[in-house]
Amino acid sequence: MLQIKNLHATVEGEEILKGINLSIKPGEVHAIMGPNGSGKSTLASVIAGNEDYEVQEGDIIFDKANISELSPDERAHKGIFLSFQYPVSIPGVSVTNFIKTSINQIRKSRGLEEMSASDMLKTMREKSKLLGIDRKFLSRSLNENFSGGEKKRNEIFQMAMLEPKLAILDETDSGLDIDALKTVANGVNKLRTEDNATLVITHYQRLLDYIVPDVVHVLLDGKIVKSGDKDLALKLEREGYDWLKTETVNA
Amino acid sequence: MAYTEQELEKELEHKEYEYGFYTDIESDKLPKGLNEDIVRAISKKKNEPEWMTEWRLEAYRGWEKMQEPDWSNVNYEKPDYQNISYYSSPNSSKPKYDSIDEVDPELLDTFNKLGISLEEQKKLAGVAVDVVMDSTSVATTFKKNLAEKGIIFCSISEAIQEYPELVKKYMGSVVPKNDNFFAALNSAVFSDGSFCYIPKGVKCPMELSTYFRINESGTGQFERTLVIAEDSSYVSYLEGCTAPMRDENQLHAAVVELVALDNAEIKYSTVQNWFPGDKEGKGGVFNFVTKRGLCEKNAKISWTQVETGSAVTWKYPSCVLKGDNSIGEFYSIALTNNYQQADTGTKMIHLGNDTKSTIISKGISAGRSQNSYRGLVKANSRAKNARNFSQCDSLLMGNKCGAHTFPYIEASSNSAQIEHEATTSKIGEDQIFYCNQRGIDEEKAIALIVNGFSKEVLNKLPMEFAVEAQKLLEISLEGSVG
Repeated sequence: MLQIKNLHATVEGEEILKGINLSIKPGEVHAIMGPNGSGKSTLASVIAGNEDYEVQEGDIIFDKANISELSPDERAHKGIFLSFQYPVSIPGVSVTNFIKTSINQIRKSRGLEEMSASDMLKTMREKSKLLGIDRKFLSRSLNENFSGGEKKRNEIFQMAMLEPKLAILDETDSGLDIDALKTVANGVNKLRTEDNATLVITHYQRLLDYIVPDVVHVLLDGKIVKSGDKDLALKLEREGYDWLKTETVNA
Repeated sequence: MAYTEQELEKELEHKEYEYGFYTDIESDKLPKGLNEDIVRAISKKKNEPEWMTEWRLEAYRGWEKMQEPDWSNVNYEKPDYQNISYYSSPNSSKPKYDSIDEVDPELLDTFNKLGISLEEQKKLAGVAVDVVMDSTSVATTFKKNLAEKGIIFCSISEAIQEYPELVKKYMGSVVPKNDNFFAALNSAVFSDGSFCYIPKGVKCPMELSTYFRINESGTGQFERTLVIAEDSSYVSYLEGCTAPMRDENQLHAAVVELVALDNAEIKYSTVQNWFPGDKEGKGGVFNFVTKRGLCEKNAKISWTQVETGSAVTWKYPSCVLKGDNSIGEFYSIALTNNYQQADTGTKMIHLGNDTKSTIISKGISAGRSQNSYRGLVKANSRAKNARNFSQCDSLLMGNKCGAHTFPYIEASSNSAQIEHEATTSKIGEDQIFYCNQRGIDEEKAIALIVNGFSKEVLNKLPMEFAVEAQKLLEISLEGSVG
């Protein structure tokens, strides 16, 4: 579904991603772990098409098409979803209105009619129930005066509504207490199908207790230095990243 | 392509005026210039009684001695008042039409282009439209319906003929004829406008609506509106404007007077979309308006305005809170783009005890425009427990525009409570990216953010009007993306 080949990217002239290779198949959950500043969030932003980053080299192939030149909204239309680490607020725009606009813009790009109000309402009810979201929440201004947990839950709610092919969860666990973490993870698991894929970015292993990855990658200084199964995450939790740094230097 | 503010600015510059067309209808026009003879000629053309002619002449004599104000934060070449024609009327064999079928088809076509076809309006949920085009009323609907309740809704010219006592009593009672330079000019030469009278205890069953439109080249527009709400009555009045594209500046100096007697309530909503000038700042309407309302005991006046047009706007809808417990409200969205300049706000004059006022102003500036809020809150020494809350928010797009806030507070009473809050923000690239990531393109994202910013005010407009206003905000910011 997603293939990243030799991806190099810079921000303000500084190289952050230094040759990333990654391949994700439908139905899989991949986790990317790494210390602060290793380039995890940059990778998420570059896949989503954030133009603050400049891609110097390499390709991003999604659903057999090269999307490297596409704008962020075109990538979203193709089914890429990014759950933001720091979701921004848009005062005066309700969660409902925002999601409705988003869904209809995506449908429009696919040549579909706008979703009827009754279908919209039905889907919202279903998904908010699934994620344990109070419906009062839906009339609040997007992310305005939301707690950290509410913001993250709102991201996952949007993901549930948009049903993307590829969901990238950028540090979705940061700022969540254990109960909120469980709710969010539970939601993500319920939304898993054989056709969609998830890329989880985190620096803590604990999220991976709830969203169990098929593959774990370690990102260090802009490169994936090691990939393995879920046990790799446990090892990182116990031993930190230093052993990998030495390994990289020695290699 | 990256979404940058520079690109946004470029898009906005290319936004053409959507309603730029011109209807060629023969006009009945007076020669250019202004003197006592012209004032008399206007009055005569309208078959006015002598008291009206005298009133106009007094206003003219006052105006002659006045200076055009220059304290506002706008720059423009002052019009040559002797090079303006002060009266033009669509040429018709009859002064009034009995039915729409008799109206000039080209005129109807113009209204259709503006999306305000009368047929459609008639069907709309109880909106009576008094259409003012180039100063003469051409059609009035729903009049009978209103007449049954004793409501008078007609042109001001008709009111002068039919209801002289009401006009004599109230015209100039809120905005005196020599109140200011532009009000005095209007009082001398006003061509037409609307008159509305709601009797005691009557709740007007429909939104009253007037569409103004400037048409003939080189003519000024001097509308005069008078709304009188008797004791315990209620009326909601809508005013909407569009104008065809024009190369030279056009002057508009309207006067609106509202009288809310004991326990009455008046809601006055405006959507203004006059030609703002092209992207070089050429052309565009000068809008110098005096709007004021008087509240007697327990009365309430709410001004809601959405201003997207005009090259220069100078406008301060105000409330004089004369009666105890009276309430004044001002909700405003002013959007400026390209080289537009707006200096707008309100005055809340607290004279009675326990009077309350609320001011919510939202300014949106784009291009090289300048957007100023100017407001005065005044609590008289005898006004006990006067309260005011003001909130002025500005949203900037790009680095070449400006937003300014000039709040004036004069509290002569110890018990007055006056609060003022102001914020300035920019549309962030992070907000745009967030929307993009959800599949929403730049243009739609901006519309969404601007609508969110303006929501508190949009919510104050009647339903159909709010939809129209929302569209107008989108149109005014739309670029030629793609």
